[in-house]
Amino acid sequence: MNVKVRPAITLAERTVSVPSAMIAVLRRDLQVSFRQSQDIFNPLLFFVMVVALFPLGVSPEVEFLRQAGSGILWVAALLATLLALDHLYRHDFDDGTLEQMMLQPQPLFLLVLAKTLAHWLVTGLPLVLLAPVLGVMVHLDGNSIGILCLTLLIGTPVLSLIGSIGAALTLGVRAGGILLSLLVIPLYIPVLIFGTGTVMAAAEGAPVGAYLALMGAFLALALTLAPFASAAALKISLSSS
Amino acid sequence: MCPALMPGSFCRPFGQCPSAERYGALMSEPLLQAVDLHCERDDRLLFQGLDIAIVPGTITRVEGPNGSGKTTLLRILAGLHDGYSGDILWRTQRRARCREEFLRNLLYIGHRPGVKSLLTPLENLRALMAGRQRHPDKNLRAALDGSGLGGFHDVPCQNLSAGQQRRVALARLLISDEPLWILDEAFTAIDFQGVGRLEQLLAQRVVNGGAVVLTTHHPLALSGMQRLQLGQAA
Repeated sequence: MNVKVRPAITLAERTVSVPSAMIAVLRRDLQVSFRQSQDIFNPLLFFVMVVALFPLGVSPEVEFLRQAGSGILWVAALLATLLALDHLYRHDFDDGTLEQMMLQPQPLFLLVLAKTLAHWLVTGLPLVLLAPVLGVMVHLDGNSIGILCLTLLIGTPVLSLIGSIGAALTLGVRAGGILLSLLVIPLYIPVLIFGTGTVMAAAEGAPVGAYLALMGAFLALALTLAPFASAAALKISLSSS
Repeated sequence: MCPALMPGSFCRPFGQCPSAERYGALMSEPLLQAVDLHCERDDRLLFQGLDIAIVPGTITRVEGPNGSGKTTLLRILAGLHDGYSGDILWRTQRRARCREEFLRNLLYIGHRPGVKSLLTPLENLRALMAGRQRHPDKNLRAALDGSGLGGFHDVPCQNLSAGQQRRVALARLLISDEPLWILDEAFTAIDFQGVGRLEQLLAQRVVNGGAVVLTTHHPLALSGMQRLQLGQAA
């Protein structure tokens, strides 16, 4: 095979645009996830089990469930996200795909963002979609269920984004799982407080606009800062491996 | 013989290098230079005062016993490892200043080939090439055929042997246009004929003006190969 080598190319001759490189990362990650369906179903099953255990373990009274329901769902969603977090970079790290991603000419933080989006689509979004069913199970009324889903829709991407920093930092550490939880859970707490707070306020008939605006601010903050932090953490983790 | 590697004496007139005349002004300068490279790992000195110039049209083989820092050196050159002191220049510019251009022109295949076991060879190659060059599937399939994976395009890689998985990564060599290749133990698990074909590919590449840096424990019969010996410090 005759291989032609052209002279070293310069920036102007870049052939692959950033969006298409991001789509390629997204597509590959989704392909891998759908072939490894336990990665999708494990957190989902965990979510359902935790919520289902509360009426059995604490109290099946309608009053209790109506009051605690939103909190239970939010805590379960948070733990389910945490459960899936370690997979975000681990497989890629082990098989060398992460190295190749670091060596792509596109800005790393955008590729990291694409990766985190793929992770949210297979772990966060299913939780949001399943929440109405579980909301009915814990006797939330229609309005509360709507608000709950909205807070989860805004909140779970924040969980994934914050989690991606922790996952990147603990990549090179043996048994990083415990460290990951310790790092990430404190950062999850504000999201949890405002997430459940919104639903509580809605249940009492109070306006929720301000709560939702704050949740939106969390998302904007995480979306703009977390990819940079994750990219920097990935560089450190790979450099020490 | 182009003295691309002269530890300790970095400056040399480029005119002495035959590839300089052959490939014109653009090819006369080194692609990648490392100046006074120093690296320690776990309180052990791997190398110090190392000067390297990677010139187009050369193969550089990094040699040394296990643990002498071959992989670390290659990772430093590829920009994956930060634990070093010294300068790395990409075409006379600090590499940190032209990261994108550097990465666009580098192909690195490491110990871990970057092949996902759940994807098929075609999907893997497509994902590996996606961030670099647009290639129609026809070209990707041709590269897989050329790398000895004809008939395995759509089999999940977990069902393939270790050598076949590595061939998926090596298929990139057949369609890559990057002038600088860094290959870390690229021949691992590749059979005898496969190594022979790779040697031919590398020789062809060098004739065309590409630069290759590699480590391998295979005896390579390539003319004009530079050797860089590590491990004397230990």
